Amino acid sequence: MDAPILSISGLRAVFRIAGRDIAAVQDVDLVIGSGETVALVGESGSGKSVTSLSIIGLLPKKIGRIAEGSIALRRRDGTVTELTGLDPESLRKVRGNDIGMVFQEPMTSLNPVYSIGEQIAEPIRIHLGKSHRDAATDAVRLLAQVGIPDPDRRARQYPHELSGGMRQRATIAMALSCDPTLLIADEPTTALDVTIQAQILDLLAALQAQRGMGILFVTHNLGVVAEIADRVAVMYAGRIVESGPVSEVFTRPRHPYTAGLMRSVPRLGQATTLKAAGTPLPTIAGNVPSLALLPKGCSFAPRCALAVDACRTAVPPLFAATSTQQSRCLRWEDL
Amino acid sequence: MDAPFLSVRKLTKHFAPTAFSRGPVVRALEDISFDIARGQVVGLVGESGSGKTTIGRSVLRLIEPTSGEIRFDGVDITSLSAGPLARQRRRMQYIFQDPFASLSPRMTIGQILTEGLDIQGIGNRRERRARAEKALAAVELPVDAYDRYAHEFSGGQRQRIGIARALTLEPEFIVADEPVSALDVSIQAQIINLLRDLQVRLGLTMLFISHDLAVVEYICDTVIVLYLGRIMEVAPAAALYARPQHPYTRALLSAIPSLDPLARQGRQVLKGDIPSPAKPPTGCVFRTRCPVALDACAGIVPPLRATSDGHLKACIRDDIA
Repeated sequence: MDAPILSISGLRAVFRIAGRDIAAVQDVDLVIGSGETVALVGESGSGKSVTSLSIIGLLPKKIGRIAEGSIALRRRDGTVTELTGLDPESLRKVRGNDIGMVFQEPMTSLNPVYSIGEQIAEPIRIHLGKSHRDAATDAVRLLAQVGIPDPDRRARQYPHELSGGMRQRATIAMALSCDPTLLIADEPTTALDVTIQAQILDLLAALQAQRGMGILFVTHNLGVVAEIADRVAVMYAGRIVESGPVSEVFTRPRHPYTAGLMRSVPRLGQATTLKAAGTPLPTIAGNVPSLALLPKGCSFAPRCALAVDACRTAVPPLFAATSTQQSRCLRWEDL
Repeated sequence: MDAPFLSVRKLTKHFAPTAFSRGPVVRALEDISFDIARGQVVGLVGESGSGKTTIGRSVLRLIEPTSGEIRFDGVDITSLSAGPLARQRRRMQYIFQDPFASLSPRMTIGQILTEGLDIQGIGNRRERRARAEKALAAVELPVDAYDRYAHEFSGGQRQRIGIARALTLEPEFIVADEPVSALDVSIQAQIINLLRDLQVRLGLTMLFISHDLAVVEYICDTVIVLYLGRIMEVAPAAALYARPQHPYTRALLSAIPSLDPLARQGRQVLKGDIPSPAKPPTGCVFRTRCPVALDACAGIVPPLRATSDGHLKACIRDDIA
């Protein structure tokens, strides 16, 4: 069997704030195989974006760094490269080449003063060494592949001339321009309207089926996870608290946070029943703790209805609830 | 029957190019009419450019409508001069989407909460403080928040402050513009429960704006679905979710990703982009993306008509209902 596309183990990323190292992400293990989509899901401050920025070496320069752990990437030529500790020049050769990236806001990933075609062609020239003319032809072909009608004309247009959905298609074309083994999609549909989101999710699934790349999909939206991912890792306060195949985690969550999150998502038709019964919507009590003031033991314990004294003494390890599903909860069997 | 508490008739808003902007007239709203009875919550749902925020702002006359009439408790808001308008406004309040942008970082929570009372000249200092503290209690924040600053609070807590600010004037009518869209899932439900609780307890009338159909279901009695500045469908919340009539409502409901991983298939995905409100399609504005559009849809703007089961819909395809 081939090595996985991405293999993260023991990742710990810290931010230096007021002379102190604060862990934004710790004990993160994650594996993505080729053709597989893994979703990293969590709320603000859970560490999902810090994890994705760690992979591409884009933690905020002066204050952020990877303190521990390994991130191994299988590249297009089949070799495996350790990304932590890579010098900036070597990392630049990986980024936008073996790893494609799509972010939330297409307007911030696109340069307003270059045409769409030029921006897609640029990585093809830099990383693959193609001529201007060949790269330009490739760019038009990529625009057609991401479902942009009239790609010849669109390639000559500037970002402001495209709609939000079209711009996100263009950034996907750019991310795929060098045929990456891994696509990192960080909230790629969050800024889009729901009917456009559905189009982009369909597009990503179709492109993956054609190309077989691994996708790391970062999102706060559980519905989107159910829609697109094979496996999911749920993050809370910097740690993965539950992971496994989406079909297992969503039908039988084994961590009280996942279960609470699933209950909190409004489901069509359900609210009418609750309202008629005079019952409030299910919530998770309290707020997400500050990373600088994490409680001792399980970070979720202060909000957890199942918490017992043992939860407050040490951080629980990941338990194997099934052969494929893990939970960082001492009471996973009681769920 | 009582006259409606809020009545909007033929509301139209066109944004004309100014000295600093070129380009065509943007037709943000065309011929919007609806009523809200006292104590009712009406939801305005639509995607970008549908005009939902423009309606919310017009209703409080934070922007001037191009034409149309807005009656609030029998008074025509659209023709009031500044003084009488200010007196009406104290009965109406606005809750904003972004709890980070809508609270001044330089004012204490106390100053934020009492500013409206100050402007309206209500009470002396002690009374204003008492009202602010009462509002803090109503949104379940500690009283000591009064002397603190917005940055000391989380997103959910800030949205509670935004709600408290709207409550200090003891309004009868509130426009809540995407009040939970910027919040995390686990906090969203807390805020919706709070708004629902306040609405029932204080007998508030509310216009609740959201891009997310799933969010408005719990709090709204009636839901209005907008597309490109026009009303597509109006129905009681439960009926809208159970039996959507307009093809756009159906598509919108179908596009919401389901939590059930087995439900991936069978989703209806609309083709194409939302057209620009500067160049809306002729006839039915939804026809360019509608899966059941006919040639005739380009010819007429479908009027909003009652269907047999009590919805209002703007669609000529009665045969697909």
